[in-house]
Amino acid sequence: MREVNFMQAFNEGMREEMHRDKTVFFMGEDVQLPVFGFALGLVDEFGPERIINTPLSEAGFVGAGVGAAAAGMRPVVDLSVFGFAYLAMDQIASEAAKMRYMFGGQVKIPLVICGIAGIMGSSAAHHSESPHGMFMNVPGLKIVAPSTPYDCKGLLKAAIRDDNPVLFFQFIQLGLLTGAIPDEDYIVPLGVADLKREGTDVTVVAIGPMVPKALTVAENLAKEGISLEVVDPRTLVPLDKPAICASVKKTGRLVIADEAPRTCGAAAEIAAVVVEDEDTFGYLDAPIQRVTRHHVPMPCSPVLERFVVPDEGRIEAAVRKVMGKS
Amino acid sequence: MAIDKDKLLELYTKMLLIRRFEERSADLLMAGEIPSGIHSSIGQEAVAVGVCANLRTDDCVSSTHRAHGHLIAKGGDIKLMMAELYCKRTGYCKGKGGSMHMADYSIGFIGACALVGGGLPVATGVALAAKLQGKDQVTVAFFGDGATNEGTFHESINLASIWNLPIVYVCENNMYAVTTPTSYSIPVKDVATRAVAYGIPGETVDGQDVLAVSAAAGTAVERARQGAGPSLLECKTYRYLGHFVSEEFLLGGKNYRTDDEINSWKARDAIALFGTKLMENGVLTKDKVASIEADIKAKVEDAVTFARQGPQPAPEEALEDLFV
Repeated sequence: MREVNFMQAFNEGMREEMHRDKTVFFMGEDVQLPVFGFALGLVDEFGPERIINTPLSEAGFVGAGVGAAAAGMRPVVDLSVFGFAYLAMDQIASEAAKMRYMFGGQVKIPLVICGIAGIMGSSAAHHSESPHGMFMNVPGLKIVAPSTPYDCKGLLKAAIRDDNPVLFFQFIQLGLLTGAIPDEDYIVPLGVADLKREGTDVTVVAIGPMVPKALTVAENLAKEGISLEVVDPRTLVPLDKPAICASVKKTGRLVIADEAPRTCGAAAEIAAVVVEDEDTFGYLDAPIQRVTRHHVPMPCSPVLERFVVPDEGRIEAAVRKVMGKS
Repeated sequence: MAIDKDKLLELYTKMLLIRRFEERSADLLMAGEIPSGIHSSIGQEAVAVGVCANLRTDDCVSSTHRAHGHLIAKGGDIKLMMAELYCKRTGYCKGKGGSMHMADYSIGFIGACALVGGGLPVATGVALAAKLQGKDQVTVAFFGDGATNEGTFHESINLASIWNLPIVYVCENNMYAVTTPTSYSIPVKDVATRAVAYGIPGETVDGQDVLAVSAAAGTAVERARQGAGPSLLECKTYRYLGHFVSEEFLLGGKNYRTDDEINSWKARDAIALFGTKLMENGVLTKDKVASIEADIKAKVEDAVTFARQGPQPAPEEALEDLFV
């Protein structure tokens, strides 16, 4: 095992898959001289034929990724910032997601679309975006939201090997988070949640950057004898419903933490899944609580940003509420 | 067209104000006082000032992530700008926008859009409104070379052309979209030639020559105001700093521009070139430069004081302004 950070884990996953499979290539804005570390040095190893700089033409190069995937390649397309996905929305939601279905299963689209998501710190509304939940509403897209370097690398490799379009969210707050990864080849399969901490009193389903925050809260509340179970879905589509329901049956209480906007988001979907499940519903001892970003665009001011983004304090308050101790 | 002495001095003073404001902002960012990132327009001052010199207060301007120069050139209040950089309640956008999203609707500055190419359709719509409302108002859309590869650039200009809208599309071609050079990303030598595809005039000018910019923009603005339709104006210019202030730290010593290239552009600094010309013509003297500098310094420091003294927004203000 070795310690790497989240960006290095992504970088290693890219390198290994590009060595393993010659149909994998990587393209996006400034990928040959990346400002962040995810693509660092890739062009030196694989050359500009496979690490392709694109003009600022998101609809064009995302769509080109769709076409190349349909024609037998395995592109990884880098949006830089996931908020830029809106510029390519038609190609993502209407082409990548729908082509296989519309064409009666004739074609497969083994495409990964990645980009930096999350709160960049006073970068305001156009750059601090967490749109993963929005894409859950589009049938035909798989959605990956890793929270550790181990999961990042393993999920990236699984995403590249998957025969479907996969959106891969690189949460910038986690970029320098370190963790252990094995030396040998491994993947983390899509659709399998991970129990990041076992507990008995409250289930906290946490997404992406909310996982380390939930673990901090779990550590703090353990001192009071409150035992949190932290479930990391790791992929939102497919969603590991059995793992989430099993945890809720054990604890009887559910808090869902997601830094994305609240309405119709991933947290709402997870809550619905739990209350819809006949076996699980009866186990709930308290109403489910969501901890999300306030439903506004991200403001620039650090004061306003701190208020909008869900923190440990809000997770803890939600836990106390479902415990009946607010 | 002869430009009177006062107007010449105004152009010079505005360019210098932009330069000093940008320099001070970058220093304050590096000192940790300004929380939001900054995309500096140092080096590109002549474009903003030369274009906006042709605009009335009720004319409109849309801008980009690199907006400070445009807002100052349009008549923006640097106190409110600096306070916005500090994300204070007293800033232009109450701390919600920061450097990349400033707006001042009282002077037709309809907003800076940080998404490349995002401002062009909006500006086109403002021009459409002016036409529908029968106003003789002109809109200018500023954008960089990178934006000319976005669909919004092509779609907007096509719309403006078929609808004959009163708008001037101004491309600040500084040769790089973040690290990617136009020599790679744009297959034509001059962005202005792209106007041909939409049947509108396209002109390329030296963006370091404020009078050349002003003259070309003047023609395009007048054409728009007379109802003769849109134009595309390309100004060749250069940003002295990185895509954003402190970019070099993230690139880890790797650079995408040579020192020779940077120095060759600095040797044609727009403010220095214009200052020399004005001195040769007797419009400017060394004493006058000193007094302009002193005046600007005082104004910028006033703005910093105003920003520092302004209150932080209350956290709950984050929930305001979502809907009317």
